[in-house]
Amino acid sequence: MGQKASSRLRITLSLILMIFLAVLVMIPFYFMIVSSFKSVADIFSNGLNVDINFSKMSLHSYETLWTNRNGIYWSWFKNSLIITVLETVLVLLFTSMVGYGLALYDFKGKTTIFAVVLIMMMVPSSILLLPLYKEVSQLGLMNTYAGVILPAIVPASSIFFFRQFCMGLSKEFAESARIDGAGEFRIFWQIYVPLMRPAFGAMTILTTMNAWNDFLWPMIVMKSDTNFVLPAGLMSAMTPYGNNYDLLFAGSVMSIIPILVVFVLNQNQFIEGLTVGGVKG
Amino acid sequence: MQSKRKIDWQKIAPYLFVSPFIISFLVFSLYPFINAIIMSFQQVNGFNDAKFIGFANYKQMFNDGDFYAALWNVVRYGFWTILILIPLPMLLAYLMNQKGIPFKGFFRSVYFVPVLTSSVVAGLIFKYAFSSEKTGVFNVWLSHIGVGPVDWLNSSGTAMFALVVIAVWRWLGVNMIYFLSGLQGISPELYESADMDGANGFQKFWYVTIPLLKPITIYVLTISIMAGFSLFNETYVYWGAQSPNNVGTTLVTLIYKAAFTNGNFGYSCTLGVALFVIVVVVNAIQTRAMGLFSDEG
Repeated sequence: MGQKASSRLRITLSLILMIFLAVLVMIPFYFMIVSSFKSVADIFSNGLNVDINFSKMSLHSYETLWTNRNGIYWSWFKNSLIITVLETVLVLLFTSMVGYGLALYDFKGKTTIFAVVLIMMMVPSSILLLPLYKEVSQLGLMNTYAGVILPAIVPASSIFFFRQFCMGLSKEFAESARIDGAGEFRIFWQIYVPLMRPAFGAMTILTTMNAWNDFLWPMIVMKSDTNFVLPAGLMSAMTPYGNNYDLLFAGSVMSIIPILVVFVLNQNQFIEGLTVGGVKG
Repeated sequence: MQSKRKIDWQKIAPYLFVSPFIISFLVFSLYPFINAIIMSFQQVNGFNDAKFIGFANYKQMFNDGDFYAALWNVVRYGFWTILILIPLPMLLAYLMNQKGIPFKGFFRSVYFVPVLTSSVVAGLIFKYAFSSEKTGVFNVWLSHIGVGPVDWLNSSGTAMFALVVIAVWRWLGVNMIYFLSGLQGISPELYESADMDGANGFQKFWYVTIPLLKPITIYVLTISIMAGFSLFNETYVYWGAQSPNNVGTTLVTLIYKAAFTNGNFGYSCTLGVALFVIVVVVNAIQTRAMGLFSDEG
């Protein structure tokens, strides 16, 4: 009896703390959403605040997403979308191949290649900012989707993830398929890719998130303002010259929605994926 | 003849599978890296006009106050994020993992959502919240206890606070999920036997949970340190490439500024090489430390 009461007390206290933290975590979203319905003048004179005053709130900021500079916001949105989709498809294709190759074959140089993958995981990509910029501009890829995407399509972390996942798959499927005369690529495509579905689920969301939110490299490659990706565009709307503050909050809200949808639809796979990569790392 | 061809194919196949990585590594990592090392010894005026200047760039770096300011910022940022982003998510995971807690999936999602927002969008929101005006969110809160208004982004301590707050907000949920997965790997029998020995909740957390979470803790520590070294986006949103008294300067800020503000390409590469060396050294130290930990455990 006493024990039951004390465990109920413990649960209640835990819940209070959890709810408190959950509220804290949600506050910035609350500010963002409320501000997106307010006028810029209101935000500047009264600051970001939590007051909800329907007489002062409107959809005006959302309308400016279409009207401001001929709807430049949607060019940014479109650029982010194209880059994210292309990058995600290519990353999944290439890194699943590499991870599979490293996990299910024995070959000369394998240890070295895997060691290089591990080293590449530690090194921040920003150390190569300038030489990559030079290379991409010499290849004539400035201001192109290819310039943004190409250096990013075989990330080491994703290879590592697929490799870890494939280490858990039996080699016997491949052996018996070989006896039946199946080619090596067909074994990968028709037998192992379906087995790797959970890994693909997790990596889809992680890659989508990274590509959608990437800022520094796309900002360097995409020079003209209609070519910006969303984060760079939103950032540029903050400069005092542009007079684009209307865009900021409504644009930020809209920029979160796609990734939120992808997350909500796949969250269990996503969270599983994150932890598999982490724990076994 | 035919069986021989088949065997060959099986030997070639793995190389084809790993070829995307090899090509990408050579073209987009190794080649630019070698280029970076070469350029770090050059004065580069446009890509076709470079001359070797020996160690001048490196000398410049060691005499550059901004470089030390950036290093110090990165170290402090790493220190504060680790100090908060290990114990707090660990505690939260522990609370979440208790029997009888309702709506676990809901809480997990709520804590997780911030990391889905880009660091730029997060930076934009917090930049307004940390406004120096009386109407800024944090200043309004402070005014209730009669303090302020504070010029948050203009002095070293409060600027660091503004950076760490974003990190805690965005990464709390992710780290919690790492710890949660670690907790779920701990056998319930250990807690039962602790119960039989009469351990209370705190003792169980301290003597059973924390030691068994060591591998996860080390992993979270590693990614936190690395996140510090590649910190850029949030600082760029707060201050651009130039912050007052370098309160928000990081190593990546300097790499970016040398290349794209000052057009000093050689120096930018020197800083890139320095960041590479620092990361390698830190990793080596950490691997050592991990080795020590595992001997002890």
